[in-house]
Amino acid sequence: MYSVHEICRERSRQFPKGFSHFIKRASMDFELTRQQKLARKIAREFAERELAPHAQQWDEEMTFPSEALKKMGPLGFMGISIPKQYEGAGLDGISYVLIIEELARCCASTAIIVSVHNSVGAYPIYALGNEQQKQKYLPDLCSGRKLGAFALTEPNAGSDPASLETMAEPCGDHFLLNGVKTFITSGSTCDTVIVMAATKREKKSRGITAFIVERGTPGFSVGAKENKLGIRASDTCELIFENCRIPAENVLGEVGAGLTAALGALTFGRVGVGAQALGVARCAMEECVRYSQERKQFGKPLASFQALQWMIADMATQIEAARMLIFKAAWLKDNGKPFAAEASMAKLYASETAMNTATKAVQIHGGYGCMKDYKVERCFRDAKVIEIYEGTSEIQRLIIARNTIK
Amino acid sequence: MSTIFQDLVDTLRKSTLHFADTKKLMNTLNIIVTIKQVPDTAEVRIDPKTNSLMREGVPSIINPEDRNALEAALALREAHDGTVTALSMGPPQARDALEEALCMGADLAVLLSDRAFAGADTLITAFTLSRAIMKIAKYDLILCGRQAIDGDTAQVGPQIAGFLDLPQVTYAEGLELKKGGSLIVQRGLEDSNQWVQVKLPALITVTGRINHPRYPNLYNVADSCDDAKIKIWTAKDLQLPQAMLGLGASPTTVKKIFEPDRKMKGEMIPGDERQMAEALITKLKEMHVI
Ligand SMILES: Cc1cc2nc3c(=O)[nH]c(=O)nc-3n(C[C@H](O)[C@H](O)[C@H](O)COP(=O)(O)OP(=O)(O)OC[C@H]3O[C@@H](n4cnc5c(N)ncnc54)[C@H](O)[C@@H]3O)c2cc1C
Ligand SMILES: Cc1cc2nc3c(=O)[nH]c(=O)nc-3n(C[C@H](O)[C@H](O)[C@H](O)COP(=O)(O)OP(=O)(O)OC[C@H]3O[C@@H](n4cnc5c(N)ncnc54)[C@H](O)[C@@H]3O)c2cc1C
Repeated sequence: MYSVHEICRERSRQFPKGFSHFIKRASMDFELTRQQKLARKIAREFAERELAPHAQQWDEEMTFPSEALKKMGPLGFMGISIPKQYEGAGLDGISYVLIIEELARCCASTAIIVSVHNSVGAYPIYALGNEQQKQKYLPDLCSGRKLGAFALTEPNAGSDPASLETMAEPCGDHFLLNGVKTFITSGSTCDTVIVMAATKREKKSRGITAFIVERGTPGFSVGAKENKLGIRASDTCELIFENCRIPAENVLGEVGAGLTAALGALTFGRVGVGAQALGVARCAMEECVRYSQERKQFGKPLASFQALQWMIADMATQIEAARMLIFKAAWLKDNGKPFAAEASMAKLYASETAMNTATKAVQIHGGYGCMKDYKVERCFRDAKVIEIYEGTSEIQRLIIARNTIK
Repeated sequence: MSTIFQDLVDTLRKSTLHFADTKKLMNTLNIIVTIKQVPDTAEVRIDPKTNSLMREGVPSIINPEDRNALEAALALREAHDGTVTALSMGPPQARDALEEALCMGADLAVLLSDRAFAGADTLITAFTLSRAIMKIAKYDLILCGRQAIDGDTAQVGPQIAGFLDLPQVTYAEGLELKKGGSLIVQRGLEDSNQWVQVKLPALITVTGRINHPRYPNLYNVADSCDDAKIKIWTAKDLQLPQAMLGLGASPTTVKKIFEPDRKMKGEMIPGDERQMAEALITKLKEMHVI
């Protein structure tokens, strides 16, 4: 992109040759790269063949998509943005959001499992871990041999994570972890989980530390799987830590710097969740486009009624706007620029777009939209959940306001 | 026709490029897979006024049986070592298909792209591909899809074998490499299977039943888009004059494409389950369907 100064210089140089030439040189590039297009194509094909045919059944029976995930590891879906030296696919943030969108369009549950694993299960180890931790954990995570999770939320600490109660007391060369985490994605299926715990309670947010906890560590147990409204194929569980001994070498980043780290990880996670919302919204709209041309009432296809056309026009517009916000946030990240506010805008707008789109989509389907045989019914339930996890809409607005009203 | 063919063969014979050395000892297997980019026919429509294919906005894919050919090549390479080169002729966007082939695991890709190639019929397509194969030079095996889902002729593979004077086996549903450089090929015929042994180098066309092609892999995305992995050859690179290429050189032309009339009406069969089933069987028998 050009600075104002460069544009002026460019203009004085190019203008005599014709305005259109100048416009072309100075315009932004909305074209995806060959790599990004290829990544999207690969994800789309995989999702259409391996996820879409099962998504309804997985949702209804709360089946964790382990078979599909087993196939996804060797294909590079489990370490999308982590360099190849750690067995990641080494793709950029834009490719990442394109991939999550395609997965979510066919199965929002699989998309969130993959998104959580990539962005908050594995990426923090890459971003904050020491070389030894990276070598030990990343190859297994990125190749999908192991599944990652992230545990911040507690029964009494949701939107306000600084008030968490899980304690990690230093005890020689290890820490003793005690507490309960709730609503943890992939809780019963994960192999490693990044757990946030207070090492110094009195310091509040600055006393929180991140730990890499392995499944099977004595004192770490998993509670019941939640029976949810949406995103039902992902398993959401309670994690219980009772005098769970964590070696000091499993501290991720600095002792006491855990919350900053967690929120940092969640920032890109949010862009991914935005992409997940976008996939759900697209699914709902595509179903409407098809259904409204097939279904006839009053002797005409539904698509010929202006009231419904306008709903679809709004869907298309909001989906496009959401996509631009997501791309922008991912682009900022890829270029090493701050993107916290943009990530929140992307997550907020995309998840609300998914909810609006799915609500209208059920309406356009009439009675059929309330039936489990129709995808829009699932989109409707999935979209609601996306407005809540990885920071509710209210918390996103809070972050955006803080960044705007300075 | 035979004289046209002979002229083309003569051109290949006289060229400075060489045919495969059949006496070469094989320790690794170098495989060329021909890849045609085709419109996803599930989404293609025919313009009822002009009878031409409406390709705009229709996504392009690798011809499905070419994916099978590529999978067979990759499996052989994994078992026996060697290289897999994907070869395609088409417009610049056929590069997408080759990138996908690289993402599946091909080592190298060659795209024949030049305005001069446009409008080639099957004979000239096979001729041009043969010339490129001679330029690639190092190969023990050529794998093709049996047929393309758009052109549907199943001619290109056998024609390449003709031009390069290679033994050919069509309709392969199974491949097994034997010591000493021959392949056992299982051919799927209408209601029987045939096992054929062929000495390499050879050309095989495969059907969709030979394997389940792997998915293209995200790990290969960055490499696949690298210009070094895809060679783009023009008529000049193949040392062929315009007169031997494309529409002008093609002895056949497509006169007309049309969508067959599907104005069939459904028919309700009344009665209870047994009566309906019997009536249906009678009808199907009358129609010689069963
Ligand atoms: C399916 C699912 C998967 C999840 N996966 C994970 C996971 O893997 N790891 C993990 O750590 N957590 C996970 N969570 C937890 C999720 O992040 C929390 O549910 C979310 O942050 C909200 O916290 P809460 O449920 O405690 O709601 P609360 O914080 O109690 O919020 C209740 C309501 O109050 C509003 N509110 C709260 N504070 C304010 C404020 N200051 N101003 C205005 N409004 C406010 C909220 O927006 C909300 O509407 C998951 C949740 C779900 C549903
Ligand atoms: C503008 C235009 C004009 C045409 N005019 C004519 C015409 O006048 N007469 C005519 O007969 N046809 C014509 N065609 C069709 C074209 O010749 C055929 O599509 C082409 O020769 C391949 O034949 P097929 O599709 O039947 O492939 P098949 O013979 O069914 O394909 C078998 C296998 O051969 C390989 N293969 C085929 N084509 C290619 C390729 N391009 N690159 C790499 N591998 C390949 C693949 O492995 C494929 O699976 C025209 C096409 C175009 C775009």
